[in-house]
Amino acid sequence: MNQNDPEILDRLEARFPGTLERITTVDQPTILVPKDMILALFEHVKNTEGYTMCLDVAAVDNFPAQPRFELVYHLYHPTKYARLRVKSRVGVDEEMPSATGLWPGTNWPEREAFDLFGVRFTGHPQMTRIYLPEDWEGHPLRKDYPLTGNRVD
Amino acid sequence: MVTADPERLMDGETMIINLGPQHPSTHGVLRVRLELDGERVVHAEPVIGYLHTGFEKTAESLTYQQCNTVTDRLDYLAPMTNNLAYVLAVEKLMNLEVPKRAQYIRVLFAELTRVASHLVWLGTHVMDLGAMSLFFYTMREREVILDLIEAAAGVRMNPSYFRVGGLAYDLPDGFHDKVRDLIKDFPRWMKSYRNLFEGNPLINERLEGIAVLTLEQALDWCATGPNLRGSGLPLDLRKDEPYSAYDEFDFKVCTRTEGDAYARFWVRIDEIYESMKIIEQALEKITPHGPYTTSDRKVALPPREEIYGNMEALIHQFKLVTAGFPVPRGEVYQGVEGPRGEMGFYLVSDGGPKPYRWRARTPSFYNLQTLPILCKDGLVADVITAIGSIDIMLGDVDK
Repeated sequence: MNQNDPEILDRLEARFPGTLERITTVDQPTILVPKDMILALFEHVKNTEGYTMCLDVAAVDNFPAQPRFELVYHLYHPTKYARLRVKSRVGVDEEMPSATGLWPGTNWPEREAFDLFGVRFTGHPQMTRIYLPEDWEGHPLRKDYPLTGNRVD
Repeated sequence: MVTADPERLMDGETMIINLGPQHPSTHGVLRVRLELDGERVVHAEPVIGYLHTGFEKTAESLTYQQCNTVTDRLDYLAPMTNNLAYVLAVEKLMNLEVPKRAQYIRVLFAELTRVASHLVWLGTHVMDLGAMSLFFYTMREREVILDLIEAAAGVRMNPSYFRVGGLAYDLPDGFHDKVRDLIKDFPRWMKSYRNLFEGNPLINERLEGIAVLTLEQALDWCATGPNLRGSGLPLDLRKDEPYSAYDEFDFKVCTRTEGDAYARFWVRIDEIYESMKIIEQALEKITPHGPYTTSDRKVALPPREEIYGNMEALIHQFKLVTAGFPVPRGEVYQGVEGPRGEMGFYLVSDGGPKPYRWRARTPSFYNLQTLPILCKDGLVADVITAIGSIDIMLGDVDK
């Protein structure tokens, strides 16, 4: 049933010693990577390990923790049906390397993360808002953005 | 993604035309910014967000059971698959066992909505190509399926029938016979549809070789579902990572290798037949009576008659309705094979009764990204074919 490959974490740790942190989850192998290492790791995972699909890029706001945001990439091996979750943390004033060079399909979800969380991506071809109007103020999915209430100017 | 080159525009070589957001063939409120050189498309850029409703923010303020109603509204043509992905994700995080009978009923409804969704796609897609009458027939037959959903869940469109732990209600009396009638009528429907489009040279010419997506492009752009299978990769979560007892059903994964609109068209048509096969098998497995939800009273509401005579049941009912149930701290991702591709939910729980982060991985959002590739160097008329052939749902795209 579950065709995930937990040994991939050992192989990745051998390839990138001392940089990865394992995270225990209920469903799939998960690692936390420093953000300047993430592109090297993606390239290895895509070209050598065969995780050729990036199914989703999700941002999580861990306010008030530092660094504030966590980006969660769900990778998929389309012939072995194995999943891998790669996470990386980024602060408010920092930029995240864009994965669009490896997976062009991460273009929109990264724009979405910028639109709704305010996470900027370096190397992204079009870092603009995707859902909200260009002149919108604030980033709604941040935890300090109120759900309801009247605006007071 | 390349935007229009201002120099080309200034030279008057190309012009910009907006298709939508109010255009019947965009299936909702999609706007496509077309850069045209005569009839030829130089670049097509989808502009989205007209239907953005902030579901992910809304869900963070609702309890886990209430969030179910939000999932209905994502892909409103296939609400049951959204429900399924969401409840499976929560159940995985809670390590909750669901009765086999409830799992079979979930499969039955997931496949019924897949057929209903594909019928709407078939009608609208062929209507975009100029064949009007098929739309009336497919919408008529879809209504039969919506009637079944209404009989079980009480509403046609946003049922929220699947709940964490099982189902909202048991199947009504006589439900089996209604589904049997549908199975009996189904070959006749399909035959009447196929008389209208099969071998029709006008439709074939509008589809063959149009809007080609190679397998490599499909993987790079994270396309899933029939769009990926039309490019030759037999990826189907129902087979590859069976959930909700799908491994007990016999069906095949439909693929084509050409990657054009014609291939995607036939993948979906073949899928309707496979879904009907699953529905038939599920009906055999579902016993008329039996448990339809978990017996864990900390998650599922107690039966109505218990509440009036049992103090504990009353407390459970009160706690579940007012506060919801806590979900253990952690994170989970669960994907299911929806009619449009992988519908997944990524949930982060902080241990409370409301999700800390509620992320929907909606298939149409990713599939729509391939539109610039599909339209490149094609004709304006084929943009309509391309939009129809990737079967997008704007509620799903804009969230």
